[in-house]
Amino acid sequence: MALVEIRDVDKSFQRDTQRIDVFTGLTLDIDAGSFTALMGPSGSGKSTLLNLIAGLDKPTRGTVRVGGAEVSAMSPGQLAAWRSSNIGFVFQSFNLLPVLTAYQNVELPLLLTRLSGRERNERVKIALDVVGLADRADHYPRQLSGGQEQRTAIARAIVADPTVMLLDEPTGQLDAKSSQEVLTLLQRLNNEFNKTIIIVTHDAHAAERAKTILHLEKGDLIEKPRVAAAAR
Amino acid sequence: MIPIAYNVRSVVQRPVSTALTALGVGLVVAVFIGMLALANGFSAALAKTGSSRNVLVLRKGADSELSSGLGRDVSSIVAADPHVATGADGRPLVSPEVYVLIPLAKSFDTTQIANVVARGISDQAWQVRNNVTVTAGQKPTSGRPEVCVGSRLTKRFPHTGIGQTLHFAGRDWSVTCHFTAAGSAFESEIWGENEQFMPVFRGEVFQSITFRLKDPGSFAEAQRALQADKRMTVDAHRESEFYAQQSQLLGRILSFLAVMITGIMAVGAVFGAINTMYAAIASRAPEIGVLLTLGFRPWTVLVSFLAESAFIAAIGGLLGCLFSLPLNGIVTSTTNWSSFSEIAFSFRVTPALLLVGLVFAVVMGIVGGFFPALRAARLQVVQALR
Ligand SMILES: Nc1ncnc2c1ncn2[C@@H]1O[C@H](COP(=O)(O)OP(=O)(O)OP(=O)(O)O)[C@@H](O)[C@H]1O
Ligand SMILES: [Mg+2]
Repeated sequence: MALVEIRDVDKSFQRDTQRIDVFTGLTLDIDAGSFTALMGPSGSGKSTLLNLIAGLDKPTRGTVRVGGAEVSAMSPGQLAAWRSSNIGFVFQSFNLLPVLTAYQNVELPLLLTRLSGRERNERVKIALDVVGLADRADHYPRQLSGGQEQRTAIARAIVADPTVMLLDEPTGQLDAKSSQEVLTLLQRLNNEFNKTIIIVTHDAHAAERAKTILHLEKGDLIEKPRVAAAAR
Repeated sequence: MIPIAYNVRSVVQRPVSTALTALGVGLVVAVFIGMLALANGFSAALAKTGSSRNVLVLRKGADSELSSGLGRDVSSIVAADPHVATGADGRPLVSPEVYVLIPLAKSFDTTQIANVVARGISDQAWQVRNNVTVTAGQKPTSGRPEVCVGSRLTKRFPHTGIGQTLHFAGRDWSVTCHFTAAGSAFESEIWGENEQFMPVFRGEVFQSITFRLKDPGSFAEAQRALQADKRMTVDAHRESEFYAQQSQLLGRILSFLAVMITGIMAVGAVFGAINTMYAAIASRAPEIGVLLTLGFRPWTVLVSFLAESAFIAAIGGLLGCLFSLPLNGIVTSTTNWSSFSEIAFSFRVTPALLLVGLVFAVVMGIVGGFFPALRAARLQVVQALR
């Protein structure tokens, strides 16, 4: 059984009088432990797909299951609780809270758990260590470089040990060097920690780092599953 | 729960809008505390005037000393009543008193005339009114046109210094002493000897008779006995209740005004808070989107922003308390509408009042923050992050 099962999903948006059909009858499986790059032109529905998997948006029709749980059928309250322990989301524009330190940003998801202060402290330190920012714990986002901000956001996404990591163009605002650092980090998370990763990217080089590449073309999945060069 | 540090620091990040909003709340709180301090001070002054051990006897139906009149015969009957306490010298503690209003020009503006109470007393009055203390000079000598002036009058009216001469009722009166009376309305009176006041005012009548109860618990009994006495037609009041009642009307009007005026001002302050919070939430939509994505429930977002608004308002509340503190003790005066006399009293800013002001501020913050916070909680994550 696949970790992420998308079955016969329709998704349309209503804009004024115009209906935009992003997906019609989309079906997709993503296995546990995989590292998938999602590519496709602007407006093809990549972000929409991530939002559906994260339960941030609901399909118009069809079902989305993650780890056996039917995400598309949950209430908002159930979704919030489910997301806090199953989804690690990373945004293109980092989206750290500017008034909190790197440490406090990373700690946020743990405030939704029953962990004690000491356990939280341990986990935050490990997460910051994994992303190589142990020495920047007390820095505020404005005191970090773009790459460091994004790595902090990745630490925040992994700290609660989620089932799936979803990254929407995580390197979109980064220079080449920072992008490489982030991608190397993701590969390590996939290889060493066996994290399931789905990354949206426009960059073919970035996609090469994934084990599987999926192309979205006007809402249709042009499945070209192949083993990328880097993983061979 | 979203850590409160998030809100506190976000508030600090925008000092100008925070300060302006807090200032608006602070002004309302200051006016609110100020007006209640006024009502409070007025009630306190009149409440302290009466003693629960004293009985005030007036002519039946009279609702103030001004409209009362009692003859010397009544004074003798009351003095002989078994409920009356006796002093150290063995004489009954009864004070038949003359009560008239005299017009006096004020110090700072001599064209302004105020009605001041002139109270004719017997020697016993100083013992019956045991909260009255002579602070300077000597009590008036019997048989001489001398007066003792309440401490609240000395600063506000000319010629009230010891050794100076006051002119009223067509005569000169030399001031021989000043007295205090624990902040009560007596401090706004001029006291002289009954035998001196009677001939120049209303002749052989007293306006009231006040006596000390032998047993403070026997008021009801004494009242019944006096009012049932066929030789006279009088009402007996517990002195403390009588003065408290006099303060009620004006006290209520002041409190009502406090609520009305600050209520209207509060609407302005609440709109200020609403504005600030809507702006804050609009500019932080992505942050709210992140919090919701991480799995924070919408209601925790609501609570978080309510707390932020309440925090800003609490800063305002503290400012308001600071603004209102200097009012404490400032003396002002008003006409006591029950007796038409001028009565001076001070603003009383009490800790309880400050607390009420602070709570009022927080309530304004929560009311003002509610709809913006609700909007924050209802944000659609996908929209907020786009
Ligand atoms: N909330 C929305 N309301 C209306 N239309 C929407 C909404 N979200 C997405 N769309 C539309 O759905 C389509 C897919 O959008 P989506 O953001 O998923 O594309 P994308 O592949 O992520 O594009 P990009 O590479 O530019 O990020 C677009 O045509 C977009 O305009
Ligand atoms: Mg997108």
